[in-house]
Amino acid sequence: MTQPGGNAPLLAVRDLKTYFVTGRGGGTARAVDGVSFELYPGETLGIVGESGCGKTVTSLSILRLIPEPPGHIRPGSYIEFDGRNLLTLAPRDLRAIRGNRIAMVFQEPMTSLNPVFTVGDQIAEAAVVHQGLSRGAARARAIDMLRLVGIPDPETRVDDYPHQLSGGMRQRVVIAMALVCRPQILIADEPTTALDVTIQAQILELLERLQAELGMAVMLITHDLGVVAGTADRVVVMYAGQVVETASTAELFARPRHPYTEGLLASIPRLDRPADRLYSIPGNVPAATHWPAGCRFHPRCPHAWDKCRREEPPLLDAGTPGHTARCWLVVEPQRRRPAP
Amino acid sequence: MLRTWVSLAVLFAGSTGGALVLRRRCERTGRGRRFFRHPTATTGVAVLTFFVLVAVCAPLVAPYDPSAQPDPVGLQNRPPSWLHPFGTDLYSHDVLSRVVYGAQVSLGVGTLAMLVALTLGAVVGAIAGYTGRWIDAVLMRLVDVGIAVPRMFLLLMAVALWSRVPLGTLIVLIGVTGWFGTSRLVRAEVLSLRERPFVDAARALGARSGRVIFGHVLPNAAAPLIVSAALGIGHVMLLEAALSFLGIGVRPPVASWGNMIADGRDLLTTAPWISLVPGLAIAAVVMSLNAMGDALRDALDPREEAT
Repeated sequence: MTQPGGNAPLLAVRDLKTYFVTGRGGGTARAVDGVSFELYPGETLGIVGESGCGKTVTSLSILRLIPEPPGHIRPGSYIEFDGRNLLTLAPRDLRAIRGNRIAMVFQEPMTSLNPVFTVGDQIAEAAVVHQGLSRGAARARAIDMLRLVGIPDPETRVDDYPHQLSGGMRQRVVIAMALVCRPQILIADEPTTALDVTIQAQILELLERLQAELGMAVMLITHDLGVVAGTADRVVVMYAGQVVETASTAELFARPRHPYTEGLLASIPRLDRPADRLYSIPGNVPAATHWPAGCRFHPRCPHAWDKCRREEPPLLDAGTPGHTARCWLVVEPQRRRPAP
Repeated sequence: MLRTWVSLAVLFAGSTGGALVLRRRCERTGRGRRFFRHPTATTGVAVLTFFVLVAVCAPLVAPYDPSAQPDPVGLQNRPPSWLHPFGTDLYSHDVLSRVVYGAQVSLGVGTLAMLVALTLGAVVGAIAGYTGRWIDAVLMRLVDVGIAVPRMFLLLMAVALWSRVPLGTLIVLIGVTGWFGTSRLVRAEVLSLRERPFVDAARALGARSGRVIFGHVLPNAAAPLIVSAALGIGHVMLLEAALSFLGIGVRPPVASWGNMIADGRDLLTTAPWISLVPGLAIAAVVMSLNAMGDALRDALDPREEAT
């Protein structure tokens, strides 16, 4: 069983559809189009996909941070947390969850920090909002958090402004900000993309350590399969606003069932396999206003046949428990073309 | 009389020295250096400090009661002398004393009216810019109307409702008719600030909209607000002077620089000191405020921060 302990999920996303109405005549961009997945207590779930596949919109939809208009979450979507549907929650109840029980780490540590406040003020902000901490207590809490995320000399750093910190330290601060109320779920949207490789490794290590210490579930959104391989327990692969494959990390890397996942795996540079040119999936992600009919991946798929152009495959059980893939090859493996 | 001269000298030395010390202190930081790089910034700070100190210490500085009329016949329109350094006016008031007490009124009205305008402008601009959609449209059309109607006309109309405008009402009136430009400025800032990821970050922390607007977004627009306030005080002081000159602003016997100029307007050829002294005071304060505003603009410009 890949689902840790077989517990009830902490967060269940069901048929999430987030659409954006684009400018005149542009139509509706179906950025997230029927996404379902679960997040179990204490696990790290990797959400992987190219730019524009809907990963970030999915994460923003969970906390209802989608700008409306132009965006809107379609009725019928359902996000269950703690027995309640986050999508129908009153603003007041929603605010009580944001930053308190579900927290987010944003991509750009520079721009997601407010330049005119000290990092101490910003770290304590969530605790002030949710727990009504006094000034002194807030400062003490901020210092504790800085120490927790491994920033040296926290007593003086607490009064620094964001521009006085390095990129890696800023990301540590952003993580400290998110964790100040000890959330049950941490959504990390490309937390390491803006950082150097060495700093990346440190931040991922930090996230792993904090997860173990605080026992929270982490949703790690990334385009980097290398990051997922090192940290995630399970992976959800997204393409064109849909989930195309779900599996445990080991299973996904060992036996990918969707051609898109195979393509992603093949485009990782590897030390043990000499190659002149790196593989890349042909073509680009289609526009979200005009998803292809049938399987959305068929224009780029080396194995596509008539059925793929006509009928959209559902998420099919790919053999191992917990492994599903949205591909007709799962039921008709003989259609697979041998690699050239 | 000696007390007046001594206190004036002390205040002048204090404000000049204070400005110089401040400059030395601030030159260590980039911001302070950029502020004092302006050739007129130090003088501006010194002059403004001097007038503020004079206004605060008015009872100490003024040689006489500003509304006392010791000898309406014998002391009328006397030229400057040892006993009356800036002369006396038509009612035998001591001009120096009136200028000193008038500083309280003029600076006070200017600052308070500016604060009223700044608050209104910041609140309206921030709400319009952050919420957008129809709220923005309605508020901004309102501002368009406010800008389109001449301000003096609005004030005249409002003032016509009172036979004698109380000072507090005058301040509120000037403030309420002066926030349109500020709200446009703040709205423009907020429009660009609200797209910055830290706004989403604040919302993700569970902050309510009011907290996001006024606690996270608005402080980032502080720099242009401070500059516009510094320039705005000078503007408001001139407006107050103009209203008082027209006889609808601050009413005698309370002295303001504006109504002092009005007092002397018929005697410009025979007793020019009556209008000249308050006029020079207004000019000095407005000029120093403008100099400080310009220097602040450079000092607070974030584009300079990077270099």
